[in-house]
Amino acid sequence: MLTPNLIAGLYLVSGVLFILALRGLSSPASSRQGNYLGMTGMGIAMATTLAVAAPQSVLTWILLAVGLGIGGTIGAVTARRIAMTAMPELVAAFHSLVGLAAVFVAAAALYAPEAFGIGTSGNIHFASLIEMSLGVAIGAITFTGSVIAFAKLSGRMSGKPIILPARHLINLGLFVGLVYLIYLFCQSGGSPLLFWAITFVAMLFGVLIIVPIGGADMPVVVSMLNSYSGWAAAGIGFTLSNIALIITGALVGSSGAILSYIMCKGMNRSFISVILGGFGGETAGPAGGGEQKPVKLGSAEDAAYVMKNASKVIIVPGYGMAVAQAQHALREMGDQLKKAGVEVKYAIHPVAGRMPGHMNVLLAEANVPYDEVFELEDINSEFPQADVVYVIGANDVVNPAAETDKTSPIYGMPVLQAWKAGTVLFNKRSLASGYAGIDNPLFYNDNTVMVLGDAKKMTEEIVKSLAH
Amino acid sequence: MQRTFLKLAALAGLAVIGAAPAFAAGGIGGAIDPVVYELMVFVMAIFVGYYVVWAVTPALHTPLMSVTNAISSVIVVGALLAVAVEHGAVDGFVSGNTVASKTFGVLALIMAAINIFGGFLVTQRMLAMYKKKGDKK
Repeated sequence: MLTPNLIAGLYLVSGVLFILALRGLSSPASSRQGNYLGMTGMGIAMATTLAVAAPQSVLTWILLAVGLGIGGTIGAVTARRIAMTAMPELVAAFHSLVGLAAVFVAAAALYAPEAFGIGTSGNIHFASLIEMSLGVAIGAITFTGSVIAFAKLSGRMSGKPIILPARHLINLGLFVGLVYLIYLFCQSGGSPLLFWAITFVAMLFGVLIIVPIGGADMPVVVSMLNSYSGWAAAGIGFTLSNIALIITGALVGSSGAILSYIMCKGMNRSFISVILGGFGGETAGPAGGGEQKPVKLGSAEDAAYVMKNASKVIIVPGYGMAVAQAQHALREMGDQLKKAGVEVKYAIHPVAGRMPGHMNVLLAEANVPYDEVFELEDINSEFPQADVVYVIGANDVVNPAAETDKTSPIYGMPVLQAWKAGTVLFNKRSLASGYAGIDNPLFYNDNTVMVLGDAKKMTEEIVKSLAH
Repeated sequence: MQRTFLKLAALAGLAVIGAAPAFAAGGIGGAIDPVVYELMVFVMAIFVGYYVVWAVTPALHTPLMSVTNAISSVIVVGALLAVAVEHGAVDGFVSGNTVASKTFGVLALIMAAINIFGGFLVTQRMLAMYKKKGDKK
C-alpha cells in the first residue's frame, strides 16, 4: 500500500503542481492550463490524505460528505455569481476563511494530537507546539484582519481610517502579550485554555491593525493578508509535517509579500507607514483649500468630438470606473473609436482600484483584448504622442503634483503622465479630491476638460454621440 | 533576457526542492530531525515563490491572488485528518476530545472547501476572459 516515502512523494508532486499553477500566470495564454494543474495538485493532496487516514466509520464518511458538500456548494455558487467589480472583497473573504481554517485545524490537532502524530493530549512535542501556536496566531490575525478588510471593501464599514488614541501602545502591548502567551503555551505541553487565549488576543490584534488603514491603502492590505494566510498555512504544514502544505504556505507567503511590495512602490510609501495606518481619509492633505480656480467644463458631445478627431487616445481607468460598472460602456466607446480609425490604448497604474490587477480583470470582463492594456512603465513615454487622454474614475494616479510639488503627500509616487497629452478629458463625478484627499492641479490645466458625471452614464452618452 | 533568467532560476529551485527528500532518504549523518528537512523545503520554496511570482504579469495579479487562495486551502489535508480521528472511540464510546477534533475538522473542511471550489472556479472564470486581439469570444 502507501509507504511513508510514497505518501511524502505524492504530497511533493502536489506542491510542485501548485508551483506550476503560479508559473502559468506569467502569461494569459498559459494561465488556464496552470489553473488545471493547480486543481490536479489539490486532488492529489486530498486523495492521498483520504488514503492515509481512511475513514473508519459511516459517521466519518457522512461528515466528510457534508463538509465538502456544504463548502463546495457555497464556493462554486459564489464563484459563479460574484460580480467582477466585487473581486477585492471576495478575495478578502477567502483570506479570512484560510485564516479560520488554520485556527480550526490547529484546534483539532490540539484536542487529538495522537491522530496527527505530535504527541499525546497535554503532552505534545515542544516543536509541534511552537509550530501550532505560530500557525494559530497568524491564522487568527488573518481571519479578523480580513473580515475588517472585507467590511471596508464592500462598503459595510467606512473606508476612512479609524484612529484609536494610543493605538501604537495598545498594539505593542497586545503583541508582547501574544508572544508571552505563546511562550506559556509551549511550556504547558498544550493547554487548551492558553490556546484559546492566544486565539482571542491574535483576533483582537488582527482587528486593531487593519482598522486604522484607509481605503487608498487597501491594495497593500489585501496583499499583506494574502501573505499572512500563506504563513499561517505553512505553520500548520509544519505541525502536520506535510510537504504540500509547507511548499504552498511558502509560495503564498512570498507571493503576498511581493504584491505588497509592488503596491507600496506604486504609491511610493514604505510598508511600515502603511501598516501604521491613518492615511487616506478626508483629514489628510490640504484638500482644495479655499480658493476656487477656474476649470473648463465639457459635455459628452464635446468629448466625443475631440476623441473622434484624434489619431491616438489613451484611456486611464480608476476605481471610479469599477464603482460605476462603466467597463462595458468604455469598451463600446473604444470600439466606436477604433471603427473611426483612432488608435486606442489603456494605461493601468499599479495601484488603480482596490487590489492588484483589479482594472485588468474588469477590462478583460468587458472583452478588451489584453494586448491593448499597458502597465505604467510601458506606456508613460507614449503620452506626449497621444492626442487625447480619457481619465475615467481615476485621480491621484494622474496627479502631476506627485512629480512637481515637494510638499504634496504623494510626492515621489510614480504617476501616469496624462498631462503631456494634447487634451485631457477628465471624467469624474465632482471636482472633489481623490482618495488620498489631495487637490489635483491637472483639473486646472489649459488642456484639461472636465467631463463631470457618473462614469457609466457619461461614457454611454459619449458612445451615443460617437455613433452620429 | 530577464524572463529567461527567472525561468531558469525557478527550475533550479524546483530541482533543489525535489532533491531535498532524496537527501532525507539518503540520510547524511543519520540522526537529523525531519523538521530540518521540512525547514529546507520551506526556505527553498520561498525562493521558488519569489522567482515565480515576479514572473507573473501584472495584468494577472488578481487571478494570482484568487489562485493562491485556492492552493493555500490545501490546509484541507489537516481538516480531513481531523474529521477521520477515531482514536478516542473505545467500545462505541466516543471521547470528548474526539468529538472536539471531529467538530473542528468539519468546520475547517467547510472553510477550506469554500476556498478550494470558490478559488479555482473564480480564477478559471477570470482567466477565461483574457483574450488577445482577434480572439473569438
